[in-house]
Amino acid sequence: MTDVSAGRERLTDQLSDDVLVSWLYDMQLIREFETRTAQAYQQAKIGGFCHVYTGQEACCVGTIAAMEHDDPIVTAYRDHGHALARGMTPEACMAEMFGKITGCAKGKGGSMHMFDKPNHLYGGHGIVGAQTPLGTGLAFAARYQWEVMGEGSKKVALAYLGDGALNQGSFHEAQNLAGLLNLPVIYIVENNGYSMGTSIERGTTMADNLVLKAKGYGIKGLQIDGFDILNVYNQFKPLVDECRDLQRPGFVDLKTYRYQGHSMSDPQKYRSKDEVEEWKSKDSIAALLSHLMSERSAVTEADWKTMQKDIRDRVKKSVDFAESSPDPEMSELTTDVYANPQPNLSPTEDYRHGVRNPLL
Amino acid sequence: MTTLSPIETKIHPALGEWELPTFLPEDQLPSREGDRVIQFREALREAMSEEMRRDKRVMLMGEEVAQYNGAYKISQGMLDEFGPKRVIDTPISENGFAGMAIGAAMYGLRPIVEFMSWSFSLVAADPILNNAPKMLYMSGGQWGCPIVFRGNDGAGGQLGSTHSWCVEGLFANVPGMKMVIPSNPYDAKGLLKTAITDPDPVFFLESERMLGDKAHVPDEEYYIPFGRARLARAGDACTLLSWGRPVHFCMEAAEALAADGIEVDVLDMRTIRPLDIDSVIESVKKTSRVVVVDQSWPFASIASEVITQIVERAFDFLDHQPKRVNTVDVPTPYNKHLEHAYLPNADRIAEAVRSVVNA
Repeated sequence: MTDVSAGRERLTDQLSDDVLVSWLYDMQLIREFETRTAQAYQQAKIGGFCHVYTGQEACCVGTIAAMEHDDPIVTAYRDHGHALARGMTPEACMAEMFGKITGCAKGKGGSMHMFDKPNHLYGGHGIVGAQTPLGTGLAFAARYQWEVMGEGSKKVALAYLGDGALNQGSFHEAQNLAGLLNLPVIYIVENNGYSMGTSIERGTTMADNLVLKAKGYGIKGLQIDGFDILNVYNQFKPLVDECRDLQRPGFVDLKTYRYQGHSMSDPQKYRSKDEVEEWKSKDSIAALLSHLMSERSAVTEADWKTMQKDIRDRVKKSVDFAESSPDPEMSELTTDVYANPQPNLSPTEDYRHGVRNPLL
Repeated sequence: MTTLSPIETKIHPALGEWELPTFLPEDQLPSREGDRVIQFREALREAMSEEMRRDKRVMLMGEEVAQYNGAYKISQGMLDEFGPKRVIDTPISENGFAGMAIGAAMYGLRPIVEFMSWSFSLVAADPILNNAPKMLYMSGGQWGCPIVFRGNDGAGGQLGSTHSWCVEGLFANVPGMKMVIPSNPYDAKGLLKTAITDPDPVFFLESERMLGDKAHVPDEEYYIPFGRARLARAGDACTLLSWGRPVHFCMEAAEALAADGIEVDVLDMRTIRPLDIDSVIESVKKTSRVVVVDQSWPFASIASEVITQIVERAFDFLDHQPKRVNTVDVPTPYNKHLEHAYLPNADRIAEAVRSVVNA
């Protein structure tokens, strides 16, 4: 996991201070957002299953930074970070978890189903691994669009998964298809070491060298330290460029760690406090902040304080917004079921269209 | 942001600009009689090819659909016409390619996915049941899933337990999907064209045993709307209804019953979701008796659903309790005689009709 570009000019060295500061902002926004999410969950304002992203911020921010805005991405259920990194407003994201009509899925999706069409986020998906063939399909269609229909340009799709999805058949079938059909999709394993309470060594073969799994499907793979965002970008961006250019798939074992439990109801008996503390000591936000302060002199203590305060206010606003937003009308229960509702689709319901999604 | 405007278009805006074909009333459709006699499989091929010529977003994928020309020769010649970018051979990987097609549909394509058999779709249950029909709802109306899944359903002829699935009872349970089960080449073509142009996920169930069936299919283009049953034969003693292959058994039974002076309405439902319950009720009001024939197992089947709806809506018109004829409630046997006895057949259907008519 050494930075292969160490000692040479790194890609991130060519990026302006503003760009890196925006990464810091996004990472801190996600962290603060998740803190508030956990609070709201404990106050029973958010229901169902809820998985927070705290600790993994460099993964989504660093990889999404390497993409074009209209490159399609799809992820699993730990999806708040991807939504925010892709540009969803904290309001739409928080309101969704509060189940409100102003949420990104009109309160019908919840924490695990963040969808954002204007930002090309094709969902948060709840079944482990299910999103990986969808990501393959996004790449298929994107390639089809320029190759067969002569529209658009070469794109790269991202399909995020957790290390718990490594052993789902859907993921292996998705990789085989992508390798076979030359599809520009990158599977990013956000490897936080645990699928719920099962450590990766207990559930997955070759856990220390996952790249071999991609190699088995003829897919180029990289192992990247996902705790250092500069490193993430520097290693990931060339892979994106290559996959775009050659219209080939890629695979990334992105090593990371989640500070919180698997979900909000996880007592975390399977790992030690020391282990958690050790990862926290290498915190990705602290590392980027340190780079911006000492190596770049782009951020001062005062700047950082201001940024934290701005973010706190912004996230607080999103909670207020979610809280004060209305629930969906009861009539919304039977909307968005069919795109072309017809009589007699159901013995009990008369499906209709409801209100337009607030993001559209 | 809190004031949200209602959707006023017919087709949900999640699908973008969308044109539905023009649907003519049944009596204005091209004639079912004529001498352009083709096989069921050819009717399916014509439907796919016409829509692929019309719309570049439509493509076909599945096992053996391209170079092999289709495991059942449904897609014969389509690789030659449309090329390997639009007619795509997949590995035996239903979960993977069904999911891939769903992702492609979300992105804007209109894929047709051929399952060699619906029996094989069970390994793709998660994408086809958990993703396709729910995408519009769980994305809060941001993405739909315009896709057609099609393939052979039901006993193919001594294929044994695992290859003889009738999935309609299982799958039609899921809201968000539409289901089509044609019984003849004419309907198959018109309904498949409608399925491809429909913005919702459509499960299109064919039968290996009918692919060689021949009938006149007109030269001119036509679309058959979903949710319209076809009255295949008229009579007032009993309403006999089915969908797919057993419609033929019903016609056979109706013929035998007519010899005894019992004339029945035979309704070919054509689509299960939507279900043309209005035509069923209209017929039941005339006959006061009903037998539902379904080639899947009886427990929680489409037959159960149809009968429930009849009882809910026309209880007072019934002179006899409704009857259902399903497959025998056991795994599909291999032995030829046992398999024949297992399936709904004309004898069992006629017997059921006699029992409600002569009561």
